[in-house]
Amino acid sequence: MSSAHVTPGSVPGPKLAAHFASLDVQKHAARLGMWLFLATEILLFAGLFACYAAYRFLFPEAWAASSRSLDLTMGTINTVVLITSSFTAAMAVHYAKEGKNAMVGHMNVLTLLMAVAFLVIKFFEYKHKFHIGTLPGRYYFYEGIQMPGAPLYFTVYFASTALHALHVIIGMTVLGFATVRAYRVGDFSANNYTQVELGSMYWHLVDLVWIFLFPMLYLV
Amino acid sequence: MTPSSSIAAPGAVPGHEAHDDHGHHPSYLTDGTTVKSWLLTVDHKRIGIMYMAWILLFFLVGGIFALLIRIELLTPGPTIMDAMTYNRVFTLHGVVMIFLFMIPAIPGIFGNFMLPLMLGAKDVAFPRLNLLSLYVYLAGAAFAIWGMLNGGLDTGWTFYTPYSAHTTTTVAPVLFGAFIIGFSSILTGMNFIVTTHTMRAPGITWFKMPLMVWALYATSCIQVLATPVIGLLLLLVTAENLFSLGMFDVARGGDPVLFQHLFWFYSHPAVYIMVLPAFGVMSEIVSAFSRKNIFGYRAVAYSSVGIAFVGFFAWGHHMFVSGQSTFNAGVFGVLSMLVGVFTAIKVFNWVGTVYKGAVEFTTPFAYFCGFLFFTVFGGMTGIAVATVSLDVPWHDTYFVVAHFHFIMVGATIMAFLAALHYWFPKMFGKMYHEGWGLVSAALIILGFNATFIPQFLLGNAGMPRRYYEYPERFQALNVASTAGASLLAFGFVIIAIYLTYALIYGKRVDNPWNSKGYEWLTMSPPPTHNFIGPQPTYPEEPHFYVDPKKAEGEVSDV
Repeated sequence: MSSAHVTPGSVPGPKLAAHFASLDVQKHAARLGMWLFLATEILLFAGLFACYAAYRFLFPEAWAASSRSLDLTMGTINTVVLITSSFTAAMAVHYAKEGKNAMVGHMNVLTLLMAVAFLVIKFFEYKHKFHIGTLPGRYYFYEGIQMPGAPLYFTVYFASTALHALHVIIGMTVLGFATVRAYRVGDFSANNYTQVELGSMYWHLVDLVWIFLFPMLYLV
Repeated sequence: MTPSSSIAAPGAVPGHEAHDDHGHHPSYLTDGTTVKSWLLTVDHKRIGIMYMAWILLFFLVGGIFALLIRIELLTPGPTIMDAMTYNRVFTLHGVVMIFLFMIPAIPGIFGNFMLPLMLGAKDVAFPRLNLLSLYVYLAGAAFAIWGMLNGGLDTGWTFYTPYSAHTTTTVAPVLFGAFIIGFSSILTGMNFIVTTHTMRAPGITWFKMPLMVWALYATSCIQVLATPVIGLLLLLVTAENLFSLGMFDVARGGDPVLFQHLFWFYSHPAVYIMVLPAFGVMSEIVSAFSRKNIFGYRAVAYSSVGIAFVGFFAWGHHMFVSGQSTFNAGVFGVLSMLVGVFTAIKVFNWVGTVYKGAVEFTTPFAYFCGFLFFTVFGGMTGIAVATVSLDVPWHDTYFVVAHFHFIMVGATIMAFLAALHYWFPKMFGKMYHEGWGLVSAALIILGFNATFIPQFLLGNAGMPRRYYEYPERFQALNVASTAGASLLAFGFVIIAIYLTYALIYGKRVDNPWNSKGYEWLTMSPPPTHNFIGPQPTYPEEPHFYVDPKKAEGEVSDV
């Protein structure tokens, strides 16, 4: 624990909250808090994974058939889009450490564009499912797969992808704030990049969850 | 934070500035008196007090429901309400007491107030997040209460599917309210973990943290690891109830036993969210009033973590009769009993602390005695119900009701009241009437036993839980139980009266117990940033007492 003697007001500098002993401690606390939060997010999805595993075990044929009815091309494109966006999110942190605020903004804008692309592709997938009737529970009317357990597959499909999409939107909001700050205020620097870093960590989580969802729902 | 605070200079080494003298410094209570200064405060102490106001209100509501249940069960047939109302009342009693009182009570009030003080910190790591978790909690409570006022629900607090998916009562808002309260619980847990990791004052190493901090740390780990799972589950059941998605509905291929697994994966560790802080409070109190260092500090600290860990592998004991295999039941039974081992470590160490201590029989210590009885008795019956062959006949009878009330409610209420009496002077700088404290403690301990010991007998005789009517032969014990409940309620009324009186007219005190706990190193009530002048140094372990009865002043360590 080194006690940083940063004079308040020296620019561009991070602000030390009154209750922290030093900037190092403050940064450490922020990161630890974020890691804990990400752990809870993973556990939230873990509940869905548990449901998936249990029902796949109960209805193996219906689940395999339902899984094959998904559009693999769209899913693959989405995976590529999201992984690329994780790269640009990481680059934003890189530039923030170098104090290149414009580049932080550009990288975040690229990330946000890919996030929009992801949601648009997802929208068309959903639209198709609403059209042919591969829907959860009592709304299921698809003639192609008439096996017990198929509607349940789509319950899990919609629950997990919708929850993931919600996280995409939350992540976009978080990154949006950092983008505005990078362009408007431009005070990210080697000792003040926590906001970009935490936003990017969140975005990696969104990506990571999808990396689990994609093989689980589309491939297996 | 108010600008008048004296330690607010960023980057300053705490306590190295000159300060005006002790007496003239405003306490956190007087530093800003507008409504806004309370509602938008980021001071952990004010947030603790606001938690207290709400939690006590919800406790009153839950308690009134409890009395209604007991009055209804006074006679075998209908007494004061119809069957459907009765179903709603016991559900609301459970929901309010579990989600709005038991889980947040000690961490929300005393954790918030004491944790930074015990670590020598000026605040928790994320003060604004702390305020947010209070309002998230209230938002969840608002949802739940709105649901209750608009019809209520009749599922029992466990929301078991498939019934909760089909019932026409107002399930969704209450479930969603519980989901939101879970968020608050996670945020508080995260905040406490980060605070414990990063905010310890120089000199406070992990093994010099007060045991209350260890207990809160273990509790927070459970909150962070278990709550997300029930969060998801509550969302799914809400969706199921609103849209019939079939997730846990047998008719649509879903599996209600999966619901039970996920539900108890949270809800069993949640028992330890309620009880572990209670254990922490008791470790502080037994040490303070035996005037002795805690016996076996490390064992007590590790056993908190041990309970938190084992608590995650015990959920299946709620499902002995759900059709799980005998092997599974056996494994879950043994894992559940391990909790008893860790609890026993604590109990023996507390007793070891009292042994040859200079015991001061104050109100908090009276609650400690009650607590010891409830924990041992509740814990022993816990071992009994973790035994598969015994649980099968006792399952869903009043035996189980009595068991979990003993351990969850008995132990937690004892600790809650002990904490309230022990830290009342710390929080408000005022002292209550000790005599009335002891009288009400006696009433409450007696009343509690009178309420729940008959229920053990009822359950053993075969009276199922949650039933509206019962055969004639169960009446005598039900009457005894109801009588006990009224005694219990009477005790709470007395406490409310003398504590309110003490709040206004109480004698001004600083550290009436001469306690050596770290939280007493600052004045009572503490100033806004917890410490004035040089930050206290921590050369000694917590709970470090020199026995006043020993003339030489030798250290009464273990």
